[in-house]
Amino acid sequence: MAELTLVEAVNDCLHTELARDDSVLVMGEDVGRAGGVFRATAGLRDRFGSDRCIDTPLAEAGILGTAVGLCMAGWRPICEMQYDAFSYPCLDQLINHVGRYHWRTRGAMEFPITLRMPYGGGVRAPELHDDSPEAYYVHTPGVKVAIPSTPADAKGLLAAAIRDPDPVVVLEPKFVYRTARGEVPEGEHVVPLGTMRVAREGSDLTIVAYGAMVPVAESAADELGASVEVLDVRTLKPLDEETMLASVAKTGRVVIVQEAPRVAGFGAELAAVIAEKAILDLRGPVLRVTGFDVPYPYWQLEDAYMPSVERVVAAGRRLLDF
Amino acid sequence: MIGDGASVPDGEVEGLDESDFLELYRQLVLLRTYDERSVVYHRQGRIGTYAIFWGHEAIQVGATFALDRGDWIFPSYRESAIGLLRGLPPATVLSWWRGHPAGWWNPLDYNLASICVPIATQVPHAAGLAWGKKLRGEPTVALTFFGDGATSEGAFHEGANFAGVMRAPLVLLCSNNQWAISTPLSAQTAAPTLADKAIGYGMPGARVDGGDVLAVWEATRDAVARARAGDGPTFIEAVTYRVAPHATADDPSAYIDAERVEEERERECLRRFDGYLRRLGLLDDETAERVKAEALEAMREGIAAAEAEPAADPELVFAHAYADPPPTLREGWLGG
Repeated sequence: MAELTLVEAVNDCLHTELARDDSVLVMGEDVGRAGGVFRATAGLRDRFGSDRCIDTPLAEAGILGTAVGLCMAGWRPICEMQYDAFSYPCLDQLINHVGRYHWRTRGAMEFPITLRMPYGGGVRAPELHDDSPEAYYVHTPGVKVAIPSTPADAKGLLAAAIRDPDPVVVLEPKFVYRTARGEVPEGEHVVPLGTMRVAREGSDLTIVAYGAMVPVAESAADELGASVEVLDVRTLKPLDEETMLASVAKTGRVVIVQEAPRVAGFGAELAAVIAEKAILDLRGPVLRVTGFDVPYPYWQLEDAYMPSVERVVAAGRRLLDF
Repeated sequence: MIGDGASVPDGEVEGLDESDFLELYRQLVLLRTYDERSVVYHRQGRIGTYAIFWGHEAIQVGATFALDRGDWIFPSYRESAIGLLRGLPPATVLSWWRGHPAGWWNPLDYNLASICVPIATQVPHAAGLAWGKKLRGEPTVALTFFGDGATSEGAFHEGANFAGVMRAPLVLLCSNNQWAISTPLSAQTAAPTLADKAIGYGMPGARVDGGDVLAVWEATRDAVARARAGDGPTFIEAVTYRVAPHATADDPSAYIDAERVEEERERECLRRFDGYLRRLGLLDDETAERVKAEALEAMREGIAAAEAEPAADPELVFAHAYADPPPTLREGWLGG
């Protein structure tokens, strides 16, 4: 075990997986010579060569579009989008082709693309370096989505994504890229897609969160002074409903935390699953603590946008007093 | 521009012999027959909306004939039947237009990508395949078809630019029929020719008479040779004119000049090649009738086979959405 930051764990995973499988390649803007703007791909070009760690033209749809053809030629591309909001041009390829091509070939061809990017706010960055776009991705048929919150999961979920036969989007919470530190298994480490992590156990209230909202949920749990269970979703699709519903059955009270805008966010999907499958377990309404239906604000205003410990605590209290 | 826009010039064509000429003729007739029968099948309610390619056959046949069987083709919907030139059964393509999953094929069986419906988005796929094969040290070339309207799309630009930067063995073949549904080329670009765009990607651009199957073949042969030699991609603009509606759902009378259409129809590619072969003494009525009869028979068999397909299995709604599906995929389904 080594103690790594979250972004170091991503880098460790890429080194491990490129060494393990010589059909895996990394492509994106500034991933080679510079080693990535967050250093996530540092050292790959020197170690594996410029054919397997490729500095591409500055064109997100071109990156994902050529990755489709690379799959047809037998490669397993890992595409880096430099920032969350810069990934939107690639949605055309993702929705029209990446999520459909396996189906379109009656299962004859696989498109094991990994699309990874830093996401989320709180880092005092210029406009459009702060988005939480998970709903666009998770809503796309044929595509899976994972979001780690710890260094060990950043390595393990990314490895699972790279090895998965389907396209997988991995969103990495950049707010905790360097502040989340933890033990990370050395060598090969895979966290299977489709399992939630019980970040802490409790019996009075469940807080469901992912990405950079997991530490917010844990701080709120500390402040609430009740027995709070914190679930780290880890994989938005496939979703581990079982772990979540078991927790709801135990606590009967659920707060869902997401950084993304409120309307039709992934929290609404979680709330719908609970409503459909656990309505009689509930002792109060399912509450969401979310960003707002506004453009992500300039950074001097971002603290007012981001779900805070205070807002999560308020939602928790409301439920505990319901 | 190679070709004079009116005839197929008589004379020696380096690299093709008599049997090649007759094979090109057979392929032109096959695609023409496919297209004309498909319009009829649509009117009879036997296939759905259909994108007509009447007059584009010389581009499709000439370009494909310049490829090796191991080379890849990335078609748009205007080239829906291009697989017939590689042995894909007509029933498969007709099934695709019937909205039946029997219209799916395995691209690896024909080195033929799926029919691409959204405009120009297949261009980066072709660039990626060509580049990926080159990275593997394989000699494969990719060719992608797209229309004049596609050159306005970002996907065309990004795919062409990637191909140029990666020196991908790719042929970008633009079927310039001068109309994107109702939008004329003059409203699509301010460039004097589409071939001019090539210079911006650091690749050669050629402009050929798209009604001359030999001109298209020759330009593509040269582009394929460049690609195979490691000299990167080429852009070919094959100029034709859309004398048919965009698709069966389109009525061009609202926007197109009927007289111009009739003039262009006189210059259509099959008649030109037919005349060329007859002048060389390589084609007579008997051969022409036999070739046509064979194509018609292939279509009769094709539509019969497509219509004989059992109803699509509802399981196929789910079967291939994922290689490894999420456990909740079928929630809400009453199908058992």
